[in-house]
Amino acid sequence: MSNIPRDLQYTKSHEWVRTLANGTLEIGITDHAQHALGDLVFVEVPETGREVNAGDGCAVVESVKAASDVYAPVSGAVTEGNAALVDTPELVNTDPYGAGWLLRLRPQKAAGSAGLMSADAYAKHLESEAS
Amino acid sequence: MPFIPHTASDVRTMLEAIGVGSIDELFDEIPAELKARALEGVPDAANEMEITRIMQTFAARDGKALCFLGAGAYEHHIPAVVWAITTRGEFYSAYTPYQAEASQGTLQLIYEYQTMMASLTGLDVSNASLYDGGSALAEACLMAVRAHRRSKSARILLPAALNPTYRRVARSIAGLQEFVFEDLPYDGVHGITTLESLRPYEGQDITALVIQQPNFFGALEDVDQLADWAHRNGTLVIGVVNPTSLALLKPPGQWGERGADIACGEGQPLGVPLSAGGPYFGFMTTRQEFVRQMPGRIVGRTVDLEGRQGFTLTLQAREQHIRRGKATSNICTNQGLLVTAATIYLTLLGPAGLERVAAASYARTEELLQALVRVPGVRRRFDRAHFHEAVIELDRPAGPVLAALAERSILGGLDLGSEYPELSHCILVCATETRTQADIETYARALSDVMKSVRAA
Repeated sequence: MSNIPRDLQYTKSHEWVRTLANGTLEIGITDHAQHALGDLVFVEVPETGREVNAGDGCAVVESVKAASDVYAPVSGAVTEGNAALVDTPELVNTDPYGAGWLLRLRPQKAAGSAGLMSADAYAKHLESEAS
Repeated sequence: MPFIPHTASDVRTMLEAIGVGSIDELFDEIPAELKARALEGVPDAANEMEITRIMQTFAARDGKALCFLGAGAYEHHIPAVVWAITTRGEFYSAYTPYQAEASQGTLQLIYEYQTMMASLTGLDVSNASLYDGGSALAEACLMAVRAHRRSKSARILLPAALNPTYRRVARSIAGLQEFVFEDLPYDGVHGITTLESLRPYEGQDITALVIQQPNFFGALEDVDQLADWAHRNGTLVIGVVNPTSLALLKPPGQWGERGADIACGEGQPLGVPLSAGGPYFGFMTTRQEFVRQMPGRIVGRTVDLEGRQGFTLTLQAREQHIRRGKATSNICTNQGLLVTAATIYLTLLGPAGLERVAAASYARTEELLQALVRVPGVRRRFDRAHFHEAVIELDRPAGPVLAALAERSILGGLDLGSEYPELSHCILVCATETRTQADIETYARALSDVMKSVRAA
């Protein structure tokens, strides 16, 4: 059973979203996603300032067997990509909800977080994908 | 024997197993209007004897002309051992091997090829080759747009002094992706691309500048200045280079303060015979930081569980069988056989041998130019230093003169008017190490005769 922290929000495409104190959103991929990908060998994070729309590919995670896009959960401007992942992409495997965060985003005012799932809803989503 | 492994009954059995009536039914979902109709005007199959006869007739038509034509493909001496080894059964495949456990020899050869190309171009990494020089440039343009994440314009500057075929191929392949290609004029006196031509683009979002060295006129561009301008402008530099020339000239990785970001070009001069346009092979090298944006296959060296050296395809997550529509390219193979020839050619010659080929080609071209400009009505068109090609200008249109030379079995060069209307009196001439002093005298004498007999327009 994969780890799904209760204080985060989730997307169907397996990103998690954490709302930081200053209102920016921290985004990563879930424990389930990192487990499915296997050992990561490369992570491409977006450059600061890039504007993304909800659903745009905004990062790439590459493992020994696959490469996947990470989609922006909401529209906004990138405030930071996790530079530590350039040399240590395995942080996404070892600490997907902590040191393995991918990017931080300042959401557009109107963007809100509608469409994001709670931990319970994401757990159900995983069950439905598995069945 | 039809050389097809499946008999009619095999096919029937397979179709029955999946419950389909005919092979055509497998393609039912493709709308009828998208399907190609039967080819028209194609004669019935000929047998091997007839085909051989037809091909020999065509080949005889080419004759054994004395060649002073370059313009992108070059006649160099190919030591006999190159193709004797290349055509051994162990190497004789066009395909990149992906079964590492069964293909160590070929993988090692490609790895050595990559090492030599990276070293020749002064850059970090090479792919396992592409189709030809033109498509390599098109792929380099696509790659530059992917790699340059701060640039949003997809605008690429193509000098008019870049091989016109390459310009067309780049436009044809990359143009469908909403790239904007802009032409940089060449300088009419020196035949090179100048900083002046770049001024209008200063401060603008330009994704990449293409620099060909030597350029299509054979002239040496001021690559340091051009590369530095581009980098100051936040523009990537794509160097298009002749691999033979790199034995003498500064490698793209050392152009200007930062060096070119991508180098590519035509690999034919390295052991591949002239053959009506191909098959040749394209090469591409780049900096380590862009390796994930590079198209094509890459072979890497690694160690197995017991610590022994081994070779394998690497960074495959860029490729279409994994990345699907977002792959770096739909090219997922390489010109394996021609790369084999090039690797053996380079290994055989070594750095010193390649330098002798390059130096001899330069010296022969110098002699050729001196001989040709002594012919009344002939002069050098541009005053710039060259490698093994240069432009001469006649006092009349070049076309009829070249035609008259061809009748004497001399390919006198390229009629530049075919690509540059303003250069209709100009011929791009070339000499490599294969041209002797006698060959050069033959050409000069023939040109002199022809100029006397073909009337000036």
